[in-house]
Amino acid sequence: MKVHEFQAKEILRNCAVETPRGVVCHSLDEVESAVTELGGNIWVVKAQIHAGGRGKGGGVRVVHSEADALSAAKDILHQPLVTPQTGPEGQIVRKLLIEEGVGILSEIYAGLVVDRAEQRVVLMMSPQGGMEIEEVAAATPEKLLKIHIDPDTGLTDDDARRAASFAGIPDALLDKAVGFLQALYQAFWDNDASLAEINPLVVTDQGDVIALDAKMTFDDSALYRHPHITKYRDLDEESAAEIEASEAGLSYISLDGNIGCLVNGAGLAMATMDIIKLYGEEPANFLDVGGGATTEQVIAAFTVMLKNKQVQAVLVNIFGGIMRCDVIAEGLVTALRQIGTEVPVIVRLEGTNVERGRTILQESGLTLITAGTMDDAARKVVQAVRG
Amino acid sequence: MGILIDSRTRVLCQGITGYRGSFFSHRAIEYGTRIVGGVVPGRGGQKHLNLPVFDTVEQAREMTGATASVLFVPPHAARDAMLEAIDAGIELVVCITEGIPILDMLRIKERLAGSQTRLIGPNCPGIITPGQCNIGIMPASIYQPGKIGVISRSGTLFYEAVAQLCREGFGQSTCIGIGADVVPGMTFVDCLELFRDDHGTEAVLLIGEIGGAAEEEAAQYLAAEAYPKPVIAYIAGRHAPPYRRMGHSSAIIAAGKGGTENKIQALRDANVIVVESPVEFGMTTRKAVR
Repeated sequence: MKVHEFQAKEILRNCAVETPRGVVCHSLDEVESAVTELGGNIWVVKAQIHAGGRGKGGGVRVVHSEADALSAAKDILHQPLVTPQTGPEGQIVRKLLIEEGVGILSEIYAGLVVDRAEQRVVLMMSPQGGMEIEEVAAATPEKLLKIHIDPDTGLTDDDARRAASFAGIPDALLDKAVGFLQALYQAFWDNDASLAEINPLVVTDQGDVIALDAKMTFDDSALYRHPHITKYRDLDEESAAEIEASEAGLSYISLDGNIGCLVNGAGLAMATMDIIKLYGEEPANFLDVGGGATTEQVIAAFTVMLKNKQVQAVLVNIFGGIMRCDVIAEGLVTALRQIGTEVPVIVRLEGTNVERGRTILQESGLTLITAGTMDDAARKVVQAVRG
Repeated sequence: MGILIDSRTRVLCQGITGYRGSFFSHRAIEYGTRIVGGVVPGRGGQKHLNLPVFDTVEQAREMTGATASVLFVPPHAARDAMLEAIDAGIELVVCITEGIPILDMLRIKERLAGSQTRLIGPNCPGIITPGQCNIGIMPASIYQPGKIGVISRSGTLFYEAVAQLCREGFGQSTCIGIGADVVPGMTFVDCLELFRDDHGTEAVLLIGEIGGAAEEEAAQYLAAEAYPKPVIAYIAGRHAPPYRRMGHSSAIIAAGKGGTENKIQALRDANVIVVESPVEFGMTTRKAVR
């Protein structure tokens, strides 16, 4: 699960990680009072959306007066922000974070992530703060330090000191930096994060070590034990179709094409997208109804899929393993009768009780196109959209 | 032949009295798998499916001589159930459970290192040596005994591939679903090592997907080993958009990493025959195995 920057900072502050003072705003009025409340003569106006690359899209502005703060806020708030990660349509900005400006002496990168190859949490540290860490790793790998952390000991004093020192933190501030990094690690571990990225972590002219920016994501599988994190979910950041699908226990991602895909299992769903592309057409979505789809899920799947008006044909590709094909066929027939779609539906069933499943489809009286193999199904759906 | 399990393997089921544990144990017994008992804390001394139920894995192992265990326990109980099986010296633990927190798995991996246990999964369909032993949730009827070893991250695509193999007349030595989690137990490399030394396996089919670098690691291993058997591979998700998790927790392309191009190139460089289309598993295997 993703959270906003201001939420990540709230979580971090609760774990004793220092951040700048800031106020979340939903309107220009709130921006005005935030500026007054924070005081000083320099502020940062930051768009709060989940996608990364906000700075590149113009969603982060440093301002020197209340008037400038308001005009920056007016530019950003309620407007779509396009970043390298949002797609061309961008994401509407509904909240701003107004922060006090700080005097920056140096910008550092600090990140924690689960290293899939080493199967440990890794602390990544670089003196090149403010840059994408992938770029640092590619261009100047000698400026990136990775420390794998033993889950039994946590981030040790020695390792934290080595990391802080590598990143160029002055000796006088090493103790502070060690405390910062250990608190960051604790926030990561205690909340089942999957990413905690502080970019930049800054040393200020006041001799503080603080998280100027913060990005955190959390392991969906562990949310059951962190209800306070679940509360941070922001439905405005997710597409309506994807929310509807997830509530039905479906995994759905909308894409640009015109062939709707309804598949059981994520691997087979990806393979189904692959073959549609191989045959020269575009999938309209990824949709995994799970290994054992119920009638209700199949109905929900069709409903979500057909709300996308670009869909010109639907390919149902089911390999019934545990879920028997006759049960799936019953679900399909019920769903299609209830929904009554005009678009051609191509159904490919394989696996347990496949003969009974095919009989149910044939006797349903629905105008379905049945296919024997995945290849056959893909050819037929491509033919259907080409007319 | 085959790897890890055969007709003599004695198997425990942790969580045997639950709906899924009960259902799949029953099916496994019907298939001929030697399920010898169950483990459910607090239910020791009872009988289920006409099998003894024990409070702990250690008791169950001592009383039944089991060397393998399959887990059908809820995600919040899975870490402790796995740790218990590892500590009891179970040689093969198969964890079907989906939705185990990543940090729990990091703890499990620490405990596995230096133990005598191999872990398959979590979030996996299980392992089958056709005609001998079926552990997990795979539809046993689609498998046939033969000489192709199969390793897969996904479930239903795995069944699809096996069905295609059978259509072309290729049975399987052992099929392993290693699962689609971010932190898996056995990897492609672990399984490839075992298939290399198995006289019953003539070729290996590897079914990967986007996300992580497990396929690249497999390629590196195959090249370094000058692997003595043909390896065929398919990578799902060639057209998956970046920064979107495609159903499986591990299936994501981010920051230019985890895409299929790299994986396919690495595999080709290691002399792996790449299946171009997910409808060509059978045909490609026919070309590779003469």
